[in-house]
Amino acid sequence: MATALGMDANPIIGDKRSIKGGRASNGEARRDSRSLGYALTWALPLPLWQLVFFIAPLLFLAALTFWTVQSFRLVPDFDSVNWVKVYGASFFLDAFLRTFVLACSASIVLSALAFPASYFIAFCLTPPMRRLAVYLLITPFFTSYLVRVYTWQAFLSDTGLVNSALSAFGLPSVTMLNSLFGAFVGYATLCLPLIVLLQFMSLVNIDRSTIEAARNLGCRPFRTVFAVVIPSGRVGIVLGAVFCFILTFGDFISPTYLGGGNPPTLAILITDFTKSGNQWPRAAVVAATMVVTLILVAFLAVRFAYKSRKSSHAVDR
Amino acid sequence: MLSTDKRSLALALYCGALYLFVFAPIAASFVFSLNADRFPTLPLGGFSLQWYERIWADAAVWQAFRNSFVVALSTGLLATAMGFGAAYTDYRYRFVGQTLYLAVALLPPTVPVVILGLSMLAFLSRIALSGELYSVVIAHAVLCTPFAMAVIRLRFSQMDPALEAAAWNLGASRWRAMRHVVLPFAFPSIVSALFLTMAVSFDEYAIAWFVSGLNETVPIRILSILQGSVSPEINAIGGIVFTVSICLVVLAQVVHARSRVQPRQTHELEQ
Repeated sequence: MATALGMDANPIIGDKRSIKGGRASNGEARRDSRSLGYALTWALPLPLWQLVFFIAPLLFLAALTFWTVQSFRLVPDFDSVNWVKVYGASFFLDAFLRTFVLACSASIVLSALAFPASYFIAFCLTPPMRRLAVYLLITPFFTSYLVRVYTWQAFLSDTGLVNSALSAFGLPSVTMLNSLFGAFVGYATLCLPLIVLLQFMSLVNIDRSTIEAARNLGCRPFRTVFAVVIPSGRVGIVLGAVFCFILTFGDFISPTYLGGGNPPTLAILITDFTKSGNQWPRAAVVAATMVVTLILVAFLAVRFAYKSRKSSHAVDR
Repeated sequence: MLSTDKRSLALALYCGALYLFVFAPIAASFVFSLNADRFPTLPLGGFSLQWYERIWADAAVWQAFRNSFVVALSTGLLATAMGFGAAYTDYRYRFVGQTLYLAVALLPPTVPVVILGLSMLAFLSRIALSGELYSVVIAHAVLCTPFAMAVIRLRFSQMDPALEAAAWNLGASRWRAMRHVVLPFAFPSIVSALFLTMAVSFDEYAIAWFVSGLNETVPIRILSILQGSVSPEINAIGGIVFTVSICLVVLAQVVHARSRVQPRQTHELEQ
């Protein structure tokens, strides 16, 4: 990667005023070469690290999909057998469809559930309350997701808190654990705070006068939301949905421990293939499929978020 | 007007319910950790510290905490150092490929952790670096550096570029200006970034599960309890983890908040 190599040795200072006024050009050359070393010292460690331990592993993963396993050992190869085996298995195609539909519906449902709360925080709260609300939403990121999922098990199990409360009122018990509902509770635990934060950040930057203009022109509140607020806050809403998709698409905790784990999602397949030791190339096929899917979804979503905004609504800024 | 009031009341109630949903498991985990029952039902059983006593007596839990601290501290230092370098570079220089530079720097958290974990396991075991605690540090540094970079870059956006230029003009070398001008200004964000990345590393379970081999960190210990005999010990461990993480985050916030007072006195930056 030649990124840092094309670096300008002269820093840009504020409004591009030269700071080196009348220096002798001889000393300046020496100074520039020394400051290039200085610049590279700060610039290079991160890209080098990410190149070796982030990009290279992902590329290796792609290569691994063509390797073979012979007598329990990985052998470098160029064989399509893993792709054929995995794509030929009906359980894989089922798992792909199921994971995709789950992640899509989670993004839509959770974005819709998050929106009224984001709207309230952005438009109805005073600034100090708003800051408190945002701080509170950040807290869950620093609590263990595993612990929260375990706690939901205690709430949702057949003899758990919810059902014992129901039976106290003489109501029949409901199966919630190891079901689609359970998985969605887990997904909500994972994604809701992030979705609300992203939606909020977009909504709070909407020019208030556009909303007032709509009101003054006789637009009813409910319609204002759909005609003004949602189009103007589109970027954050789409970003929230995309992140929800990424998180739920790759999550194996909620589908396993709240959704029952059977039939599996793609992420569960990866952990199963990996645990069984010599199936890494097949796990890599699943992972590669997931990466391609995620890139496509993110690309389409970002295009959708930024494209039609200019043409149809010239509202914000 | 009445309808507006009613509407915002409904919205407030809805928002409250959402926060209740978000915080119910966090609060309940703490309550359950002090509850005598193995499987909590209503009404709750008596107060008990037995789950804390159990993990106190559990050597595996102690080892997991030691491992997690070592990993979190090493990751935090590494990620903060590299994140600082990248943030400074992005702030100070304009160069060809800067967008690509930023993309590579910030991309890792958008890749699902299962995929990161699998690819790093495969790659690191190929170059004989997997299955050790330092493998977790290597992988966590990839994941955490973007957070460190973002926090420090935010601080740099409040810094007047002329400050550093003034130091150079007064004859300071690049390195001297870095030490006496840039580093002091960025220091609060460096501390914030350190605590933040430590907290992220301390909570990370998936990548660690893939690459750690037999070295359990705290989240992996929780995962193995979850897979085996489910036990409220998880709540007790979770309570401790939560306390550690929140302390780190609050410390980061306090350092950050104190730093916010300074620039307002000297320059009128933002707000």
